[in-house]
Amino acid sequence: MHFCGDFRTTYEKDIEILQTPTVRIGVAACLVFLVVFPFLVKGEYLWVGLQILIAVIGAVGLNILTGYTGMISLGQGAFFGVGAYTTAYLTTKMGLSFWVGVPAAGLVTAAAGMIFGIPSLRLKGLYLAIATLASQFILEWVFLRWEPVTGGSFGIVVPRPSIGGYVFESDRSFYYIVLAITVVMVLFAVNIVRTRTGRAFTAIRDHYISAEIMGINLFRYRILSFGISSFYAGVAGALLGHSLKYVTSEQFNLELSVTYLAMIIIGGLGSILGAIYGAIFMILLPKVLTVLTGKLTMLVPGAAGLAIAMEQGVFGLIIIFFLIFEPDGLAHRWKMVKAYWKLYPFSY
Amino acid sequence: MTTQYFLQLVISGLVVGSIYSAVALGFVIIYKATRVVNFAQGELLMVGAYVCYSFLVQMHVPFWAALFLTIGFSVLLALIIERLILRPMIGEPIISIIMVTIGLSLVLRSIVAAVWGTDILVYEPKLFPQETINVGGVPVSLEFVWCFILSILLLALFSAFFKFSKSGVAMRATAFNQQAAQSMGISVKFIFGLSWVISAVISGIGGVLIGNINGINTSLYHFGLKVFPATILGGLDSILGAALGGLIIGILENLSDGFFKAYMDLSGVKEVAPYVILVVILMIKPYGLFGTKEIERV
Repeated sequence: MHFCGDFRTTYEKDIEILQTPTVRIGVAACLVFLVVFPFLVKGEYLWVGLQILIAVIGAVGLNILTGYTGMISLGQGAFFGVGAYTTAYLTTKMGLSFWVGVPAAGLVTAAAGMIFGIPSLRLKGLYLAIATLASQFILEWVFLRWEPVTGGSFGIVVPRPSIGGYVFESDRSFYYIVLAITVVMVLFAVNIVRTRTGRAFTAIRDHYISAEIMGINLFRYRILSFGISSFYAGVAGALLGHSLKYVTSEQFNLELSVTYLAMIIIGGLGSILGAIYGAIFMILLPKVLTVLTGKLTMLVPGAAGLAIAMEQGVFGLIIIFFLIFEPDGLAHRWKMVKAYWKLYPFSY
Repeated sequence: MTTQYFLQLVISGLVVGSIYSAVALGFVIIYKATRVVNFAQGELLMVGAYVCYSFLVQMHVPFWAALFLTIGFSVLLALIIERLILRPMIGEPIISIIMVTIGLSLVLRSIVAAVWGTDILVYEPKLFPQETINVGGVPVSLEFVWCFILSILLLALFSAFFKFSKSGVAMRATAFNQQAAQSMGISVKFIFGLSWVISAVISGIGGVLIGNINGINTSLYHFGLKVFPATILGGLDSILGAALGGLIIGILENLSDGFFKAYMDLSGVKEVAPYVILVVILMIKPYGLFGTKEIERV
């Protein structure tokens, strides 16, 4: 039982990641569940789990940029594409392995992100959002037109990874690779926001002028934030490419960027856990909608076309509802629920 | 590149640009009065085009009546949007406001797809005569001329409204300082509603014009995305800037497209040119040609 009140007496205790036994048990249970998950389900459900893991990487990365550093990016979807095309090019046209392709995708995307992040030297808020919107369209155009590298509108067929003679061809085996990468990247993110760098990011978000007075080099940290978040996007995009075994330009449109922004807003800006909740929510949402519309079509024949058209609208409505009624996201709501039980029967 | 080809590019650029100007004007009006960045501007245009199509083609209403009904519809839609979605967001950070309008754009897009389907629809009968006239040796369709004239008229009308009418002055006062305006007896709520109404009406008319020329389909909202280069070039809060920015982007995108097609054998530059221009402007002069420079001092 963890009683209410703050009993932490040392700084080490204060910055611990897993602070109470309950949390430790919870996290351990989660990890065990993630490991046995492929044996509990199969087919489409396994595929959804895989997509959630990949989305978690992307959302955590975007949250470092937008949630922690306060810079809005509408170009995250295109950076996914940079990662996917990099690994596709390296593995198919240059014959390198997955194990080189994915880190390289991260690095190339980080470089691209830093280049497109240069406007952040002068721009912030709305202007930066519009600049990243431009980078989204420019990159999309490059994907479609730079045919020798990207395969144009035909795209590129990408192989699954292999070690020695063993190919991770099944979704189940590939899942474990993605799981390992996701865990490492989430841990890295959790740690980076606790360090000097992470604190500099938060300072820039909260008040950039004060941050500058405190000696934080704004430009360096803004670019660094772009680099880290793009690295995450690149790795997530590369894994997405390898999981679909196919890379085309339509996958990485503005809608993908918007979906990822929605993830971190619904989950909670400036919270790693929030990004994870958001990713789970946004990946599950269309699946649930598909099931519901399937039921609806059985009841009302001819509603299928209407339902497909409305799916995007439901997505939009959920974004609006969250912003109006739950602007701090699921992570915040979860905290409130926990606080309620901790403080019961007192409400404060 | 022959002179005739060049002129042709400039003229068609002007026509498309005048629509960009109208949509950009709608964007600027909302931004100026309420500091809301409306990512659903193109969707307002699309809805206008489809509603007018319904009245004109499906219900056989005469054109002018259809136009007025469309305007009425836009007014209603704008009021609903402002009241239900934007008012609860007052005072929220910029990212929330951007996302809420993106959410709105998705909703509007899906409603249009659900009601009218995704096929290309054509206005029938055509609103303007189909003849062509000769401008400096270049044949130009009368439709284009009308479209251009009407957009410019719209811009002039609303510029005059801001300059001379009481509500227009109140809107400028609100844009300048909300609290001062409120203490002088201006209803800021009314102004917020009014700016959405004006913006939706202008965009709706723009939609009717573009629908008349090209026919309408669900990708019409792309006009809303071209608004960003146009307004940034002109300055986010400048009405004159929106008008000029739209025309300049329209011409530049056509010229660059024609140039790359003729000399570099590269097609499709049209889609990306405005955004390249956008990045360049942002790097050199982020507040645009006529925008207010927000100076930050410690």
